Amino acid sequence: MLDLQGYGPGIFNGALITIQLAVYALVIAVVLGLITAVAKHSGGKLANLFATAYTSLVRGVPDLVLMMLIFFGLQVGLNDLSEWLYELHETYAINEFYIAQGWDSLSAFYDDGLYISIDEFAAGVITIGFIFGAYMAETFRGALLSVDAGQIEAATAYGMPESKIFRRIMFPLMMRFALPGIGNNWLVLVKTTALVSVIGLSDMVKLAKDAATQTFEPFLFFIPVALVYLAITTVSEIALKYLEIRYNRGVEGHSHV
Amino acid sequence: MFEQIIALLEQNEMFTPDTIAEYWDGTVLTIQLTFLSVILGFFLAVPLAILRISDKRWLSRTIWLFTYVFRGTPLLIQLYIIYYGVSMIDGIQDSAIWFLLEDAFYPCLFAFVLNTAAYSTEIIRGALITTDKGEIEAAQAYGMSYGLILRRVILPSAFRRALPAYSNEVIFMLHATSIASVVTLVDITGAGYNVYSRFYAPFEAFTFAAGIYLCLCFSIFAVFRKLEKRAFRHLTKMPEHTLVTPSPVVS
Repeated sequence: MLDLQGYGPGIFNGALITIQLAVYALVIAVVLGLITAVAKHSGGKLANLFATAYTSLVRGVPDLVLMMLIFFGLQVGLNDLSEWLYELHETYAINEFYIAQGWDSLSAFYDDGLYISIDEFAAGVITIGFIFGAYMAETFRGALLSVDAGQIEAATAYGMPESKIFRRIMFPLMMRFALPGIGNNWLVLVKTTALVSVIGLSDMVKLAKDAATQTFEPFLFFIPVALVYLAITTVSEIALKYLEIRYNRGVEGHSHV
Repeated sequence: MFEQIIALLEQNEMFTPDTIAEYWDGTVLTIQLTFLSVILGFFLAVPLAILRISDKRWLSRTIWLFTYVFRGTPLLIQLYIIYYGVSMIDGIQDSAIWFLLEDAFYPCLFAFVLNTAAYSTEIIRGALITTDKGEIEAAQAYGMSYGLILRRVILPSAFRRALPAYSNEVIFMLHATSIASVVTLVDITGAGYNVYSRFYAPFEAFTFAAGIYLCLCFSIFAVFRKLEKRAFRHLTKMPEHTLVTPSPVVS
């Protein structure tokens, strides 16, 4: 039997982290993607400009570079922020104000050296969500364009406000066109989560790498991890097929696949 | 103008000529890795795609398994398996090819070639199976052998149809090479990381790296635009003055 030399449970937890990371990032990506697609589709000039800059810049730069930019950048940004807060605290005697209000003293907190560190998991989720928001935006934009204009006109004729048209007509109709693209993005996203190990998050890739370099058994640890990814991909593909059949129920030729 | 640039470079502490040189070396490595893996991957993918559409089920399934595994797992894992795995093979460190494998470049290239070959195989396969049946029948009617049909009819039109998807794959490969920085190679990303750790300035260091990638990305895009224009020139509209009286449309 497979002997993971005591690293098994750790790597299993790492797999759970990978899945959680991917799912949370997907939620952020879908929300960001929808907002951006709508901004591109029916926003003003400025919104359109921002949306276009976002999607084309993010899609033109490797994920790893963006990840490092956001992750290390966030860290330095937060350090600057805490330094600034500390100076504020020194200059304006905020502590005295706090004590006068009868609140806890802040000094102890600040004297230890205020250091806001970012949670690697949150940073990973935000970064991957931000990157794939751009890809999702392109998927949703294409799907929005495929929605039959007559449907929107009919809804307008019923006197629906724009938000209602989006919620009741455009979104459900669009999903059918967007689903293959979303599925594709999801599969790429899952594989991209492996990169967070590079910026220090203990996902299954990092744990496997640590185990492999310590025991000099690279195949023993990397191949099971690769199989986990393959399993996630396979399950996702099956689920996507099922979803596609569901969303295509109302369309001729797809109803009884 | 040259003097102005030098003056500008002298004013800042970060983007000194040394830093720029580091980025330049990184750019050269990134281009090498991308170019080599795309070219080698392509020449591997064409025969694989032809075998993938073969009538022999076991052959087609074997190629499918290869593409499924390489497309279903992260490139980083593939790289780790090859990079750490190769040095573990018994006796390889004493063998004649060890000097090739000692450097991270070749394991990296090997992983990239296999990865892009897997994706390209599926892209080319998609183009191969959408070949118009009539074209093949016409070629058969001329008495061409399968090899000749492949070379003269199926492949040229398949390459044309694969071009848009393939340009995406090349850009994906450019981005994927950034993973080489994880195994000690100093490509653009690696240079960016080194500059970041030297000056503790992540925004400047990585934004500069991102800018280089963007430029490369747009260049690749422009090249494929040209190629696509060439490949589809038979479909582009002729200028109006060259049009003869339109013939009636036969439906």
